[in-house]
Amino acid sequence: MRWFWIDRFTQFVSSQRATAVKCVSLGEDHLHDHMPGFPIMPSSLVTEGLAQAGGLLVSEHYGFQELVVLGKISRTRFYGHVRPGQILTYRIETDTLRDDGAAVTATAHVEDKLHAEAQLFFARIGEANQVSNDRQLFHKRDLLHWLSLVGVFEVGVHPDGSRLRLADYPLVDCSRADSSREGPSNDKEIPCAGAS
Amino acid sequence: MPSQEEIFEKVREALVDALGVDDDEVLSEATLQGDLDAESIDFLDIVFRLEKSFDIKIERGELFPEDILTDAEYVQEGKVNEAGIAKLKERMPFADLSKFEADPVVQNLGQQLTVQDMCRFVEHKLSTT
Repeated sequence: MRWFWIDRFTQFVSSQRATAVKCVSLGEDHLHDHMPGFPIMPSSLVTEGLAQAGGLLVSEHYGFQELVVLGKISRTRFYGHVRPGQILTYRIETDTLRDDGAAVTATAHVEDKLHAEAQLFFARIGEANQVSNDRQLFHKRDLLHWLSLVGVFEVGVHPDGSRLRLADYPLVDCSRADSSREGPSNDKEIPCAGAS
Repeated sequence: MPSQEEIFEKVREALVDALGVDDDEVLSEATLQGDLDAESIDFLDIVFRLEKSFDIKIERGELFPEDILTDAEYVQEGKVNEAGIAKLKERMPFADLSKFEADPVVQNLGQQLTVQDMCRFVEHKLSTT
């Protein structure tokens, strides 16, 4: 299983708001355990999807120079069930963006029906990303890969309507591989598409 | 400038929302960490809510000066020294530090911060901005 709980962004306005979708499929293993014979999307994973969408929106505000972590779920409320075949639409609005953290309000809808609402709080990793020697909590290449998968630079705009440009963020260094990287995915090259 | 009652009500609302506690648990003398179970991440959440509620700007470390508590110049063997106490008083004129002075173990400061201290902090901010 891959830990991606949004499929793609359909709107991404820097520092302001984002909309992402998650298509719920019977092909997802976890649905067969939750619940056996009556598959429904777990509320915890809806929350994770909201946090991933909100986290990327907040991370962009900090120039994608670091990841942010979900520090706290201040409030959540869920209504009803989401079944395979349905599409969750996650909407994120930033409430507060500061140097030391950020708060967002998030909702999940199925069509026009409200399924969940949440208030999420993000803390910056900052210097803590470099945990010891060359080991890091996240690598820019992984973040770039994720941003490409969910289409941030396909739909992302600044508040004035101008497009977000990948080249404006410190994510791409095509001149060398990420030498500090460890693990099996090290073998795969991630193309620098859109970097120009 | 809002009255003390109005400040208390808004502080209470912020603490109820940030900490998930009931209205009647937020008493003036209640301590944030001891009685209301606030954790370090909650302080930032509370700061965000106070900023919005009172339309004020609270700088990092203004409510809770972590930088002093982690500075070897002011802390020796887990206790805040005289210079540190003086610095804390300067940075936290809103807080009653008399109890902390009696046993200035670093962890005690957060434990002893009360709802009343938060109200005084807001009053202090409103009167200086």
